[in-house]
Amino acid sequence: MKSISHLTDFYYNTLYPTLQELEEERRALKDKIVKIGIVIIVIALVILYFLTNGLKSINPDTIIFFVFALAAGGGFLYKLMVKDYASSFKTKVIEPLIHEIDNNLRYNPTYMIEEHVFRNSKLFTNKVDRYSGNDYVTGTIDSVDIRFSDVHAEQKHKDSKGRTSWSTIFKGLFIVTSFNKHFSNSTIILPDSAEGIFGSLIGNWLQSNNFTREQLVKMDDPEFEKEFVVYGSDQIEARYILTHSMMKRILDLKKKTGQPVYLSFINGEMNLAIEYNKDLFEPSVFRSLLEYKVAMEYVKTLQLTIAIIEELKLNQRLWSKR
Amino acid sequence: MMTVIIVLGVIALIIVLMYNSLIAKKNQVENIFGGVDAVLKKRYDLIPNLVASVSRYMEHEKSILEKVTALRAEANKPNLSDKEKIDLDSKITSALGSIMVAVENYPDLKANENVMNLQHNLTEIESQISAARRAYNQAVTDYNNAIEMFPTNFVASFMSLSKKDVFVISEDERQNVNVREMFKS
Repeated sequence: MKSISHLTDFYYNTLYPTLQELEEERRALKDKIVKIGIVIIVIALVILYFLTNGLKSINPDTIIFFVFALAAGGGFLYKLMVKDYASSFKTKVIEPLIHEIDNNLRYNPTYMIEEHVFRNSKLFTNKVDRYSGNDYVTGTIDSVDIRFSDVHAEQKHKDSKGRTSWSTIFKGLFIVTSFNKHFSNSTIILPDSAEGIFGSLIGNWLQSNNFTREQLVKMDDPEFEKEFVVYGSDQIEARYILTHSMMKRILDLKKKTGQPVYLSFINGEMNLAIEYNKDLFEPSVFRSLLEYKVAMEYVKTLQLTIAIIEELKLNQRLWSKR
Repeated sequence: MMTVIIVLGVIALIIVLMYNSLIAKKNQVENIFGGVDAVLKKRYDLIPNLVASVSRYMEHEKSILEKVTALRAEANKPNLSDKEKIDLDSKITSALGSIMVAVENYPDLKANENVMNLQHNLTEIESQISAARRAYNQAVTDYNNAIEMFPTNFVASFMSLSKKDVFVISEDERQNVNVREMFKS
């Protein structure tokens, strides 16, 4: 596995000419967006002036409506203008980076982990009403199949007045890999929220009475048990998958990402969801691609995701599968 | 009068709930012990094959091989109590461990495909046994806690439930390295 420093060198050396090209494109785009933005705001203020009769009859509802319309329209326009830049960024920067990490990996900027895979992972029990994603990567490393993408799953809510709103169920990276042990039941590992809020005694009781989940599986590693809660249909199999060393590795992974981590072992595969709460691998028009912090975000996230195979030692084949 | 009935009803309900939770815990222990038993049997079935494959080479370790065979015969007796099974398991684990270490001293044996295959199977079963032991220990701990803690302890003593033993999990098993080391050549 290529190290982060190797990839940073690759980013700043091999990709440098491309980055400079993109940087020019970005500056031009930024100027254009700022100019159009100013024009739109001026026009909007003029319209507002006439609508409110020269600012004499200001109605709060009108103002709120106006601001929302402006934000929605502006957001739409921004996305439309950035689209070309974003797609050239992905083919010129993200794709070469992925190939540099491993040549076996294939990249598709518009595809995503399929919705049924997300649902069947059993990681989230909320009903998914809207599902989207992008930046799909797939391949085989060390004879472990891996595929991942950005995913955004949302749920629809209707209030008493019939207004609809959307809430996010999950936004972040969704990773599917093959696993080096045979198993036939499901084991689900979730961030432990109940024990954190209510303490271990009440938290444990709440967890064991969670009707949307299968049996609670209590783990014999106190640190792991503090961070995660495990549900499964087979007490023995859950521990067959979660050996003491596996629990340590999952804890390390959580520390490394610094984000909530969800895992499930179902149908012979491992599903791993890392909640970043943002769309990853997207360029920002207002920040330079040459900025170290910006570069590190792309490099680090990609390296960490693909290194999961080594991190969780999925490539060790001394168990049931040879 | 009414309040007395309500209070008695609530007390009766609490007792029923405690009784049921104790029964559920007891059944969980038995249920998981069934799983433990199944994987232990799988290992016992490997022993004759292992002994047959290595005995031609291992002249100096005859006594361990005989011991393992004797232990296996004992483990296959009917009507063993859970405690006896647990004790036998730990003896067999250590005896098999010393056989596997001894294999390292015989290059011919190490290269033998049959032995390699057996080693692989044994490692796999060992990891299943380890998982089963941990599951059993957790179920027993939950059960033991329930029969010792207030207020379920009163109901438990009334039901004459007694504490159960757990498997002793050795330190190197926790580290999960003992078998892995053997595969390094």
